[in-house]
Amino acid sequence: MCNVCGCGAGETTIDGKAVEHEHSHGGHFHVHADGTAHDHDHAHDHEHSHEHMQAQHMHYHLHEDGSSHDHVHDHLHGHDHQHEHPHTHTHSTAHYGLGPAGAHAPGMSQSRMVKIEQDILSKNDGYANDNRAWLAAHGIFALNLVSSPGSGKTTLLVKSITALNGSLPLAVIEGDQQTDNDAARIRATGAPALQINTGKGCHLDAFMVGKAIQQLGLHDDSLLLIENVGNLVCPASFDLGEAHKVAILSVTEGEDKPLKYPDMFRAADVMLLNKCDLLPYLTFDADLAVANARRVNPDIQVIRISATSGEGMDEWLDWIRAGCKKAVARKTIDGR
Amino acid sequence: MHEMSLAEGVLQLIEDSAKTQNFSRVKTVWLEIGQLAGVEVEAMKFCFDAVVNDSIAEGAQLVIIETPGQAWCLHCAEVVNVQALYDACPKCGSHQVQVTGGNEMRVKELDVE
Repeated sequence: MCNVCGCGAGETTIDGKAVEHEHSHGGHFHVHADGTAHDHDHAHDHEHSHEHMQAQHMHYHLHEDGSSHDHVHDHLHGHDHQHEHPHTHTHSTAHYGLGPAGAHAPGMSQSRMVKIEQDILSKNDGYANDNRAWLAAHGIFALNLVSSPGSGKTTLLVKSITALNGSLPLAVIEGDQQTDNDAARIRATGAPALQINTGKGCHLDAFMVGKAIQQLGLHDDSLLLIENVGNLVCPASFDLGEAHKVAILSVTEGEDKPLKYPDMFRAADVMLLNKCDLLPYLTFDADLAVANARRVNPDIQVIRISATSGEGMDEWLDWIRAGCKKAVARKTIDGR
Repeated sequence: MHEMSLAEGVLQLIEDSAKTQNFSRVKTVWLEIGQLAGVEVEAMKFCFDAVVNDSIAEGAQLVIIETPGQAWCLHCAEVVNVQALYDACPKCGSHQVQVTGGNEMRVKELDVE
């Protein structure tokens, strides 16, 4: 007797002839008491990628002639098995195993709800927190500089590095879609710089910056300047682990930029109003620009600056030095 | 563009929870997006459909629950509704308002098999 389907060898005939009982248990061959026989394929394609709660599931077949049979599949199976039953017989069949999970449990639906309740940016925020913790432990003051393209970020960085004149150990991470032109400009000042090319990406994320931090080999108690991709939209949402975001708005842009791109000016703690040396030649209303920034972010600190004339550079560099001192002091306190 | 990154973030969360919760297909995804989160709902739907192609969430329905923008007005000393980040307090007109709600972006739950 076959121990899979229970049909006995030697009892089976089709049209009076004994059936060579060849069971290749990819297919099930059944002969019923009324002499009918049928063959149905269980094309079980078991990719056992994960286990399932039900260790058994049962296929119960009920035929018109009143005969029935059931067969138990005693195995742990995955959800992803292909469960095709191309029944080649004419009996009507009640089948309870045709659901997507290939199993049936009374009262249990095949689909279920999964509570997630996680922030979409939680992955990025996790990396950012790692970066922030590492930077804090090493007394490093990190700034994330954000602006539109062409606001003068790189020039301002070059001038700031030159003005600091080695008084502060520092390194720069440059973010652009393509080219390492900016990193080359920074390296010309003698400061170490690493270029991240985001390719199609419109912002730096915390994972990229974490990798860059590892590669740069930063000094303890130093300054890290991260120049983000020139974009006033996306970098606002992506925390890199910096101490502050610094938004740069140049006076050749519009006074209403803080209102047009409120997320960025809200995320920033400091706004540098750059290219102030050009104010006499423009109709730009600097006070209105500052008022607009404060509408979006009442606490934003504003420094009017010009990388060309040097106006405001002292205030900006003092602010950086104060931040660096704080970072070092915090490291000493936390380190105890 | 940044909706594309966000949609990828959503798919990552789904794939992570597929591993821990043992499911192989996602039928519906509920997102909670605040009015002040800087997310364009239509762009999000478009990017989601593109990102989930050939994934366990292929063809999944995306349901976005929009939550209202809320802020604390320092002058009125109460929570007021705001439409945008730079809105003044609708009661007193002051800009001394701190956003307290409506900037969330989260995956709430999934209907899975």
